[in-house]
Amino acid sequence: MVYPVQEMPLNDKQGDPGYEENLAAFEARVARGDKVEPGDWMPNDYRQQLIRLIHVHANSEICGALPEGGWIPHAPGFKRKLALVSKVQDEVGHAQLLYRAAETLGKPREEMVEELISGKSKYSNVFHYHAETWADVAVIAWLIDAAAIINQKMMAEGSYGPYSRALKRICYEEAFHLTHGYDMCISLATGSKLQRDMLQDAINRWWKPIMMFHGPSDKESKHTEVLMRWRIKLKSNDAQRQEFLKKYVPKMFNLGLTIPDEWEFRYDEETKEWQYKEPDWDEFLNVVRGNGPASALRLQTRRLAHEEGTWVREALTAAAAGENVPVPVGMN
Amino acid sequence: MTDTQWPVFEVFHQQARGEPHVHVGSIHAPDAEMALVLAKEQYARRMACVNLWVVPAEAIMATDYEDADIFDHGTDKSYRESTGYQTTKRAKAIGDTAEI
Repeated sequence: MVYPVQEMPLNDKQGDPGYEENLAAFEARVARGDKVEPGDWMPNDYRQQLIRLIHVHANSEICGALPEGGWIPHAPGFKRKLALVSKVQDEVGHAQLLYRAAETLGKPREEMVEELISGKSKYSNVFHYHAETWADVAVIAWLIDAAAIINQKMMAEGSYGPYSRALKRICYEEAFHLTHGYDMCISLATGSKLQRDMLQDAINRWWKPIMMFHGPSDKESKHTEVLMRWRIKLKSNDAQRQEFLKKYVPKMFNLGLTIPDEWEFRYDEETKEWQYKEPDWDEFLNVVRGNGPASALRLQTRRLAHEEGTWVREALTAAAAGENVPVPVGMN
Repeated sequence: MTDTQWPVFEVFHQQARGEPHVHVGSIHAPDAEMALVLAKEQYARRMACVNLWVVPAEAIMATDYEDADIFDHGTDKSYRESTGYQTTKRAKAIGDTAEI
């Protein structure tokens, strides 16, 4: 057998000959904690759900780098600038790892890149908003990376081998983002009144997207049940959100930060869980469909970067073929 | 041309001299030289690395997971394991108590 496997296994849809037997064997393997590898028999639904998730995840890494990238020229000091450059490079690298993982399921990278630019595929809700101040950069790096790490650590234990391996590497790198994000927030929270107010203002504006980050409530999430049975996902959206809140809300309070009253936050001593007003999931869906405040800008920036990078890709291809390397007018 | 779908190279990473090269993932690149550059950016940005290999993915031949039974032992092969013997006990019985 040639590796990597190109041909897709047959009879992977309900009603196909042998499907039920294959499905039972597949589910038994997954339940044992075995990893699924490219070329293994898998239900088409499993393949499609994974492609969807990994594609959205990769897109989110790319789009996540955009609001932060815009702040590189304005970072307050050389150390912060170096760290931010490094974080942005990490995020773009993570997208590359993830597009590769999705490719092993049969979706070409070009198609995924194209679908992001054309607005056909989605990316995380939080990157549809503007990073208005430096405190926004700090809050993104601390709380959004924290929320993402909870999600990614869980997904890293999932059943698909290539995705799981990519996520282990990604989590390792994200650890620095979280530490640096917290470091930035501590600086602002222990700084001047102006800095403290700026941080609280960022929390006030970002709390809604953060509360929505892990996705619709279990009552509304249509994919959760099958994703959990196939060990693509190991915890529900609400469980991930609660895990995030349990760890980070006390840290926020410790920094003197508050959660806007409209969320009606309270800690339930009996259930040992945070209670809050349910986010507006219709608004969430509307945002991820490309109707958020920064949605158009994100895709415009991504498209421009892709177009401006065309000559680099062409030059590398030409060089590898031993041809003359074309360079853009004005650069030769 | 809007994008390219360059060949896939598998990446192997060596943490220190004397350690094995370990497969860490794969990348697209137009040729092997560029594959090394991109592999360094993708896979050697953090942890220690002294050497990288890139191999065209299509050069790799692999067994099929379906055929994993080819690795099973048809018969008891404990005779080729040190744990397959009770020689420590037998050596002791003939007065040899030092390590085998």
